[in-house]
Amino acid sequence: MRPILLSGHERALTQIKYNRDGDLLFSVSKDQQICVWFAHNGERLGTYHGHQGAIWTIDVDPTSTILASGSADNTIRLWEIKTGRLLKTWDFPTAVKRVEFSEDGSKLLGVTEKRMGHLGTIVVLDIKLDVDAEQSDEKVMTIVCEDSKPTVAGWSYLSKYIIAGHEDGSISQFDGKNGDLLYNIPIHELNQPITDLQWSHDRTYFITASKDKTSKLITAKDLEVLKTYPADTPLNSATITRKKDYVILGGGQAAMDVTTTSARQGKFEARFYHKIFESEIGRVRGHFGPLNTVAADPTGKSYASGGEDGYVRIHHFDKGYYDFMYEVERERQNKLNQQQQQQAATA
Amino acid sequence: MAPSFDHLRDEDLDEDDFDVDEVDISDIREKYEVQLEQGYDAFVVVDGLPEVTEEQKPKLVKFLLKKLNTVGKTREDLIFMPMGEDGKSLRFAFVEYSDPAEAAAACRQLDLVPLDKKHILRVNKLTDVDRYGREGRIDDEYTPPQIEEFQEKEHLRSFMADPSGRGRDQFVMFRGESVGVFWNNEKDQPENIVDRQHWTETFVQWSPLGTYLTSVHAQGVQLWGGPSWTRQRRFAHPFVNLVAFSPNEKYLVTWSNRPIAIPEEGHPALSVEDHGKNYVIWDIETSKPLRSFAQLDTPAAAEGEAPKKAPKFPWPAFKWSADDKYVARLNPGQSISVYELPRMNLLDKTAIKIEGVVDFDWAPATVQRDGVKNYEQLFCFWTPEIGSNPARVGLMSIPSKQVVRSLNLFSVSDAKLHWQSEGAYLCVKVDRHSKSKKSQATTLEIFRVKEKGVPVEVVDTIKDTVINFAWEPKGDRFVIITTTEPVGATAVPPKTSVAFFCPEKAKGNAVGNFKHLRTLEKKNSNAIYWSPKGRFVVVATVANTQSSDLDFYDLDFEGEKPESDKDLTANLQLMNTADHYGVTDVEWDPSGRFVATWASAWKHSMENGYHLYDFKGEQLREEAIEKFKQWQWRPRPATLLSKEEQKAIRRNLREYSRIFEQEDAERISSADVAVVEARRRLLEEWFAWREAITQEVAEEREIYGLPADPAAELIKAKDAEHAGDAEEQVIEEIMEEVLEETEEIVQ
Repeated sequence: MRPILLSGHERALTQIKYNRDGDLLFSVSKDQQICVWFAHNGERLGTYHGHQGAIWTIDVDPTSTILASGSADNTIRLWEIKTGRLLKTWDFPTAVKRVEFSEDGSKLLGVTEKRMGHLGTIVVLDIKLDVDAEQSDEKVMTIVCEDSKPTVAGWSYLSKYIIAGHEDGSISQFDGKNGDLLYNIPIHELNQPITDLQWSHDRTYFITASKDKTSKLITAKDLEVLKTYPADTPLNSATITRKKDYVILGGGQAAMDVTTTSARQGKFEARFYHKIFESEIGRVRGHFGPLNTVAADPTGKSYASGGEDGYVRIHHFDKGYYDFMYEVERERQNKLNQQQQQQAATA
Repeated sequence: MAPSFDHLRDEDLDEDDFDVDEVDISDIREKYEVQLEQGYDAFVVVDGLPEVTEEQKPKLVKFLLKKLNTVGKTREDLIFMPMGEDGKSLRFAFVEYSDPAEAAAACRQLDLVPLDKKHILRVNKLTDVDRYGREGRIDDEYTPPQIEEFQEKEHLRSFMADPSGRGRDQFVMFRGESVGVFWNNEKDQPENIVDRQHWTETFVQWSPLGTYLTSVHAQGVQLWGGPSWTRQRRFAHPFVNLVAFSPNEKYLVTWSNRPIAIPEEGHPALSVEDHGKNYVIWDIETSKPLRSFAQLDTPAAAEGEAPKKAPKFPWPAFKWSADDKYVARLNPGQSISVYELPRMNLLDKTAIKIEGVVDFDWAPATVQRDGVKNYEQLFCFWTPEIGSNPARVGLMSIPSKQVVRSLNLFSVSDAKLHWQSEGAYLCVKVDRHSKSKKSQATTLEIFRVKEKGVPVEVVDTIKDTVINFAWEPKGDRFVIITTTEPVGATAVPPKTSVAFFCPEKAKGNAVGNFKHLRTLEKKNSNAIYWSPKGRFVVVATVANTQSSDLDFYDLDFEGEKPESDKDLTANLQLMNTADHYGVTDVEWDPSGRFVATWASAWKHSMENGYHLYDFKGEQLREEAIEKFKQWQWRPRPATLLSKEEQKAIRRNLREYSRIFEQEDAERISSADVAVVEARRRLLEEWFAWREAITQEVAEEREIYGLPADPAAELIKAKDAEHAGDAEEQVIEEIMEEVLEETEEIVQ
């Protein structure tokens, strides 16, 4: 598995995201740049200019038409992917830490930072998936989180719920239509912030990463913890792979803590766990700073990681990755194959 | 506003104007009233004297005085022996000592001492007689003491029986705030036996035979054991810091740097006599204190001399003989006090005077010396050069106090005493200086204690400083670590050399001369850990930030022996080198099969946790545990098998190992089956859940009239929009790949 090293950023990566087809990779960093790359060869397709501060977050709509980004310059911006044209800017009182499109691209949520007397909020904006349309200025909905500020948030299936992860380690479920708080459950260790939340392909369950050194797989409907993946280092990001039942976790000792811990091993590795059996399968080294963000190709061909070291690494899986199977998985596979053959025979 | 003279009201001035008689001072009076009873503290009552007449009385008093004056000071006129009406004595006497401490000493040391064949002295304090014997305190009717029904106790050695039948060893782990005892499962997760939060306050410790687990608290020490881990004993020594057991678990020494303060209302275990003491020696069986001792004052440095760095608190301060019969303490520079157990009286009532004595150590086993009928306990000691007298190393036999062997040495700057585990050899590592005191050298003087006359052999002169020395347990080989650089707090740890020594081959059962086997240079090692069964040794670099090597050596390698070593009784082979970053401690399990290494949070906070190796240095397990503090293997008592039985086992080892290997294979395969079964279940559960949720979401979508795949629908719509306005383009990308390149030179 030979990685492609993307060295287009000058500062730490904050988020990377594949588009739905898995051919483009978007990356944002603290150096105020948005880059888009061809996933298959790592060639840079272009950049999007305009932000005046570190960019914390990025998302792309399901049709790969529009790009949304949130930044420390207190704005959410919309871009046309094809041309790099800035379509719309929304201003907020504080920095925007997370943006995400709903499954049909008609809504966008943004998580704003708690600062200067402003509480952390989740805002929802209506989006028209047309580059020539006028985007509405108005916020459809604002959820104010008084207890603990939200760090990450996302839309569930059918845009039914908004799920948010908080600084205190809890997960909230809000009604996607009116923003009512339905549940707030302490999932991770108290006061260990949740650093990432990524969805399964059908948005019925999601994976969290936390500074408490664990990652958890949780259902969107009941916030039931399905699986727990323990690591030996604080985690910054976690993602679910397609095609194979794995999850990828990224993290590492934060730079500010390195002096208090062993410098010898920063544990700057991407860790693969089996999604169902919770066992660690392998690690991929390469970064020389903590991994801030990991993303899996929705088509299951590759994964990418962005580090504090300013590099993005794209790894295309090779044959061994696809062939590897637990005995019980192979058993099940064979059984399914047999059934199919029988069906074909009877047909 | 602050009050000033102008502002003072009259009432304030008349403060002192009250009636003196009205003040209730009864509480103060009670506190400070002179208690007459205290005046009798120096008196004792001596019972059990023979009946004498007036004429015989002075003779008895004189005889008695001799005894009484061994513990304190008293005079003839301070002994009052009441006479009965018939002119005969009442068989008791009152004695006044010069101070209460002497009276207490008399009670302790003279009570139950025979005066002659027929008479045994009973000595009590007068105040005690008064306190317990006053009228009304004693019931005239005899009521037999309640004897509690016998209750069977748990078997304290049940830990020897591994329920899995594999003879696994136990260990204790102290991490975070909890202490857990586990069975060692080699590669697998250790099997937990018991785990308790806040079991101890500072550390845990096994007793030397593994019977008890010691926990240390501000109130004292507790011993735990048995299959249900109940509390077995309690020793209430307030603010105890350290604990040491006698080798056979009969006695316990506790030490606190704070002198014991007995509160007024009394103490459950200790008495007023223990006030101000630092050490307490306890009998484990009865959990009663035997005797307490105060810390020795460190002798003030002589004037003009640079104040010597006093060893903070020498530990163990009380050293035990191998048979638990004697315990001894060093009075630096003066003497060694040997106490006899269980009475804890000074052997022959006097400390053994050895001028200048610096250190001593008991032989760890009762040595069967050649040409001696009664095997006595031995200890060795050394004294530095005083004036023109040479330095001396001596071996003393106890209780006869005979010096069995002594050796004079010159130009000695320091000496260290190292006993081999069976007491067969004693190595004295002597650091010598040249006359100018500029250069240093070390010699190893080995006493062959078992041989007739205790011959001494000088092994080698080593130019470098020897920083570590270790005998092979139950063997006759040793390892030393030397360094050329002075030992001190340097940023860069010194380069060291590891040297192995073994005896030459000799005829018969004799052990040949000790010879140098090999030196490995340019190492960082600083610690030696022999397997408790001998043969294997781990030479490690511990508590070092740069290096953390663990070298596993075999001294009886079953391979080819180099020609140069053919006369030696060892064949050295480095089996493996492991690395455990930040390792602070290393310990072999009692069977010599496994080595645990750990990085303790007591020493640093980096990567705390443990590694487990087998004796060959193959890593079996590794676990990082936050706030990992301590690991200790549970010791095992000595084997009950005779020499012949052990030999038989060794002979049939092949048979046994075949059975064990089969068992291991079966166990592993059955464990695998369980794992596979669990995985199958997980897989089924997962797919069942997936099916249910997928169906639920699909139904919901239908209700809302939403497409099954929203994104696909969107893209379809978008494509439809663009279908008319753009021609379809085909982009072809031609890729060339070089598969192989060969170069041929055509002539």
